[in-house]
Amino acid sequence: MACFLVPTAEAIVTTVISKVVSAKEKKQDLAHVDVEKIEKKPLGFGKKLKWLNAMLWGGSALLAFEHVWHGEVTPFFPFLTAASNPADAADMLHEMATSGVAMAGLVTLVWVGMVIVSGLMERRAEQAAADTQEVQS
Amino acid sequence: MTLLLTIFAAVVTTAIWYSSEKARELRVGMLVFMFWGASLMWLVDAVVEFIEIRAEYFTPAAEDMLNDAFLGVSVIALALVIWIVALLIKDPKRVIASKLKKK
Repeated sequence: MACFLVPTAEAIVTTVISKVVSAKEKKQDLAHVDVEKIEKKPLGFGKKLKWLNAMLWGGSALLAFEHVWHGEVTPFFPFLTAASNPADAADMLHEMATSGVAMAGLVTLVWVGMVIVSGLMERRAEQAAADTQEVQS
Repeated sequence: MTLLLTIFAAVVTTAIWYSSEKARELRVGMLVFMFWGASLMWLVDAVVEFIEIRAEYFTPAAEDMLNDAFLGVSVIALALVIWIVALLIKDPKRVIASKLKKK
């Protein structure tokens, strides 16, 4: 009915957060320019937030298309066919609170997993680089 | 069926992204995230439907399956259109920019 609106709302919030975080990280990078470390620098949190944004925006866009396909979204007011009468509106809100929240939650959970795994991989790569340097010296 | 087609698209684009430097330059990553995001969301839909109708979920009517397959292919086409438009706008290889400069 309108479950895609919950991940869309989350996408709006995370996009704003990622813009702020990226701007802060850029400022910090400019303040502490270390030419030797530029290539080895791990991915910033702002960059990782963009993964979440892309999944939320992309998924929501494709789900919105599915809703248009099924005639649940219309190009005229109130845009959602379920919003035209109170009984359907209640069902719609229930679906948003269950399926919609679960969708947003699952995507976020997967993203958290991606951030943890990529952090571990970065740490392992750093360790390997440090070990190689030690052997060379 | 829509979920299955989207998962296949997600796996294929991820493999292309992983194996090709050129694909990464062409921002295939955007497609990867789009397909995985949609797959996860449709997975939730599938679980909710399974809880509601149980075993019936695995024996859909032929007409429903055909409609879902058609929707799945259309979803993949839409994602490809979004990706190609974004690619042309971002123009990472500066192809359009150089063409416009020449004119």
